[in-house]
Amino acid sequence: MDFRFFADTLLRLSGGIPLTLLLALISCAIGAVLALCLAAMRLSKIGPLAFLAHAYVFVYRGTPLLVQIFLVYYGFGQFPLVRHSFLWPILREPFWCAIIALSMNTGAYASEIIRGGILSVPHGQVEAARACGMSRLTQFRRIVMPLAIRQALPAYGTEIILMVKATSLASVITLMEITGIAAEIISETYRVIEVFVIAGALYLAINFILTRIVQIVERWLTPYKRGRSVLPPAASVDAGEIA
Amino acid sequence: MNNPGFLQLVGFGQQGWGAALLLGAVVTMALAVSGFAIGASLGSLAAWAKIAGGRISHAAADIYTTILRGVPDLLVIYLFYFGGSRGISAIGHLLGAEGFIGFPGFLAGALAIGMVSGAQQAEVFRGAYSAVSRGEIEAAIAVGTDRWTRFRRIVAPLVIRYALPGLGNVWQVLLKESALISVTGVVELLRQSQIAAGSTRQPFTFYFAAAVLYLVITTLSSLSFFKAESRFSRGMRRS
Repeated sequence: MDFRFFADTLLRLSGGIPLTLLLALISCAIGAVLALCLAAMRLSKIGPLAFLAHAYVFVYRGTPLLVQIFLVYYGFGQFPLVRHSFLWPILREPFWCAIIALSMNTGAYASEIIRGGILSVPHGQVEAARACGMSRLTQFRRIVMPLAIRQALPAYGTEIILMVKATSLASVITLMEITGIAAEIISETYRVIEVFVIAGALYLAINFILTRIVQIVERWLTPYKRGRSVLPPAASVDAGEIA
Repeated sequence: MNNPGFLQLVGFGQQGWGAALLLGAVVTMALAVSGFAIGASLGSLAAWAKIAGGRISHAAADIYTTILRGVPDLLVIYLFYFGGSRGISAIGHLLGAEGFIGFPGFLAGALAIGMVSGAQQAEVFRGAYSAVSRGEIEAAIAVGTDRWTRFRRIVAPLVIRYALPGLGNVWQVLLKESALISVTGVVELLRQSQIAAGSTRQPFTFYFAAAVLYLVITTLSSLSFFKAESRFSRGMRRS
């Protein structure tokens, strides 16, 4: 085993971590806002809005992310109107194109997760809130949203991990994040397995830390579940036999 | 200067790329089907190791699913494409061949997405197996079926039934992942539209056409999974 190559590669690949994290972070943030809007549209009683949100989710979940990235990065330049507009300085940059494509993509997936969370809120809770005389906004802010977030958090954590993995596609439009650098080193040295092992370990480490953070947030949001493990073992065995 | 319209470009006429795009879609389907088949065999093997395997096979299956679900698919594709080329070149040198020998991109791509999909399918199969109720298996033992018959007649049909919704998701993910294989130069749907976009300088037109074709494929396949689900649940009581 060539130890120096290992150390060099690790050092070079680590240089891609900030860009990977930045891409994932910004697009998750924009995507979350977009997802909230889409979920609200989808659940609203206004027909055209709900239809629009449904169509958006259908299209974005039915096409590959790489096609979406290419449409933004190469596609929009086809129109002189776009090339001469104020948007061009943004659409010319691969970084912003990747951000746009990634956040629009995760917006579609996350909106379904949020919608599922909101739909899972028991009707009785909303009725109770209404009985207390809360306005619709207060109902949403105090009752529906906190319950929906708890319900949706595990699935949303999975979506964040998928986003970290999806940032690797940004390397196809010249961004040098972890996968981009890995591809460069592979084409320079042809030492595929070593580079794969190190890059893969970096991704696994990032994802491991992220799952831990999501778990901590989940624990923090569900204080009523923390006491469960204190139950004496005998009681849980009995319960198991009954079930 | 004559600028052909959208329908002319993606149509089947003289200037049209319609036939090429459809051929690309067929290659995409072929990639996805072979990847899914590889994934199904790897996935059921890994699920079996997790359910009934010894310590070592269980640990191996755990490592396999953890790594392949945590690493970007693009990296796995690079691993198979470049790694395969390196391996085959080394074998070629032993046999006296000169220089670099490329690994077939189609095979590398199908193996790569098959490996990734196998890790996902393993979890689907494992979940489906744990959903089979003990009573069904006990009843089969009570009427005296041997292990193999029990698996063939009782366990396998039930597992397939429970696994179908999850397998449908895995298939959709796989289909969209197959677009990544275009980076290795396999002329599937996305690569074909890239070629067309390059030669006509109309990228939006062709990526849009590719998106529409992908949408058609995913919609049709989700419909067929829906059909299959209702067919396999004929014996189920609706709750």
